[in-house]
Amino acid sequence: MIKKTLTVTPKLGMHARPAGIFVREACRFKSEVFLSKDGTEVNGKSVMQLMLLAAEYGSKIVLRVSGPDEADAMSALEKLFARKFDEE
Amino acid sequence: MIIIKGIGASPGISIGKAYVLEDEEIVVTRTEIPRDRLRAEVARFKAAQKATHRDLDAAEAKVLKLLGKNHAKLIDAHRLILRDTLITQDVPKRILSEGVNAEFALSEALEAVNQQFEKLEDEFFRERRHDLFDVGKRLLAHLLKHARRSLADIDHSCILISRNLLPSDTINLQESRILGFATDLGGKTSHTAILAQSLEIPAVVGLSDVSRRVKTGDTVILDGEQGLVIISPTPEAVAKYEKAQAAEHEAERALEALKGLPAVTQDEKRFQLQVNLDTPEELKAVLALQADGIGLFRTEYLFMNRPTSPTEEEQAKAYSSVAKAMAPRPVVIRTADIGGDRLTQMGIEGPKNETNPFMGLRGVRLFLRHLDLFKTQLRAILRATAKGDVKIMIPMVSAVAEVQAVRRLLNQAIAELQAEGVALPKMVELGIMVEIPSAAVLLDAFLPHCDFVSIGTNDLIQYTLAVDRVNEHVSHLYDPFHPAVLRLIHNVVTVAHRGGKWVSVCGEMTSDPHAVPLLVGLGCDCLSISPRMFLRVKETVRGLRHAAMARLVAKAVTCSDSEEIRRLMREQGL
Repeated sequence: MIKKTLTVTPKLGMHARPAGIFVREACRFKSEVFLSKDGTEVNGKSVMQLMLLAAEYGSKIVLRVSGPDEADAMSALEKLFARKFDEE
Repeated sequence: MIIIKGIGASPGISIGKAYVLEDEEIVVTRTEIPRDRLRAEVARFKAAQKATHRDLDAAEAKVLKLLGKNHAKLIDAHRLILRDTLITQDVPKRILSEGVNAEFALSEALEAVNQQFEKLEDEFFRERRHDLFDVGKRLLAHLLKHARRSLADIDHSCILISRNLLPSDTINLQESRILGFATDLGGKTSHTAILAQSLEIPAVVGLSDVSRRVKTGDTVILDGEQGLVIISPTPEAVAKYEKAQAAEHEAERALEALKGLPAVTQDEKRFQLQVNLDTPEELKAVLALQADGIGLFRTEYLFMNRPTSPTEEEQAKAYSSVAKAMAPRPVVIRTADIGGDRLTQMGIEGPKNETNPFMGLRGVRLFLRHLDLFKTQLRAILRATAKGDVKIMIPMVSAVAEVQAVRRLLNQAIAELQAEGVALPKMVELGIMVEIPSAAVLLDAFLPHCDFVSIGTNDLIQYTLAVDRVNEHVSHLYDPFHPAVLRLIHNVVTVAHRGGKWVSVCGEMTSDPHAVPLLVGLGCDCLSISPRMFLRVKETVRGLRHAAMARLVAKAVTCSDSEEIRRLMREQGL
């Protein structure tokens, strides 16, 4: 299991578009993916649950990945945050 | 004439005949399904999912054509909602365990999530549930074999009035030549509102009962700026709004016409109007404004959310692309103003949990502790000088020794690059941000070590007034018109000019048309403005007389509170 704290980079927070991009990427991996904020943890492969996290711009969320390809999954998902989810 | 007040979701005025869209209340009844038919019921639900996927494909093609790739990602998000376990697993589970029809299972599942959304305090995220409803309605329509009416079919130009509009409806609005829309429900940050803004359709939402008060064919005025809907307006009201509408179009054209014109006051004093740049992605929009340069290129984005620090190569590429695009106009690159927490993320040992990060290890303080990071960025900026007029700016300077240290490091980087055979210009200007009061007060001592100064008003105000703007208990004390702030800026400009150095101002004050007259009067040489407000500020500058503003400032610096300054400005019609 790997865990990392990330800052929400999309200007409007984890709304539908970035949440969608995240879930799509997360679903490529076998590992389980969880995101948590302020003590609430949700399934990182569910776009609805991700939006319910209400993670606003600049807030800190914890990404937890667990499974056979966890290292690859973590690095791929982390990259999304670094690229600000390719927002224009 | 009836005036209803709602929330202005997308600015602009439209006047026209109303078209009231009947509320599409889908009634879902609970039907018990015999055990041997439950499998078939699940299959029926799966078929509806498939049909909805096809709907979304069609919608995506339309959005792609009308609004481009970024908005099309919204449809992609809808597709993911459709694939969400909530739909794919919860609904079939409900059908099987409760022995009910698919429609009922679906609406129960949606309602359960809706309740969770309603609990969210953040309005923006609460509004996201409309995306879920959008998908839910499509599914229901397929289950009920209910032909969903498409707004694209309304072919006369009208103002659309309805209880609610889903994002997918909004997409159809432009093709149907709709003048604007008003809805009972909705908030400023719903997708419907955001799409309306992108499509530039005036919209007012949150009107509670407008759909019941307006009849199709009524004349309606929509004021998207004020959030008003006027039903059956008097001829006077129509005339007034027609005038306002014409003035609006005129103002837009006038602002457009300002592109490329110099920022010169009525009495011929020329100002450099530049823009702030947060990431190179904004460059295209910035270029279209034809600004005099980039007065603040923030480089923090390069250091955000990554496990390692950005390489010299990566940075040089980013800076060069901006320098090249702007050449021969200047680009002021500010070295990263990041805090200690970023270091930890990049795998570098840094301070943790500073109690007061605004007064902690950030900006130049942090970089002087991590000279390798600092030199890498300086080298990358220096390499970009080959592509255009690049200047360097240092954030969070509070002591002269810091500037001297930066100068030494810069000279080292220059010597290294020259030894490596990299051609550099004779001189690269080094500036400091004046955002800490000590630098503003003691500027004369800093001047021999730098080539220009740039006043960062946000932090200067925050540190001078000891106000954290995000702290709701004190945020009302944050005041750009505070005479103490004005005196500090006045001192900076006077001392810098006496020392033969030019002064730029970045920060939100430059983007506030009310504050700009003061900055003009203070004699700041250059204003660096957020792209969105650039033309508006240029218009303001071109309408002012510098001499009169200088007189205003002379009086303003003697005032004892900001209200007095505001009054002085009102007297001059500012």
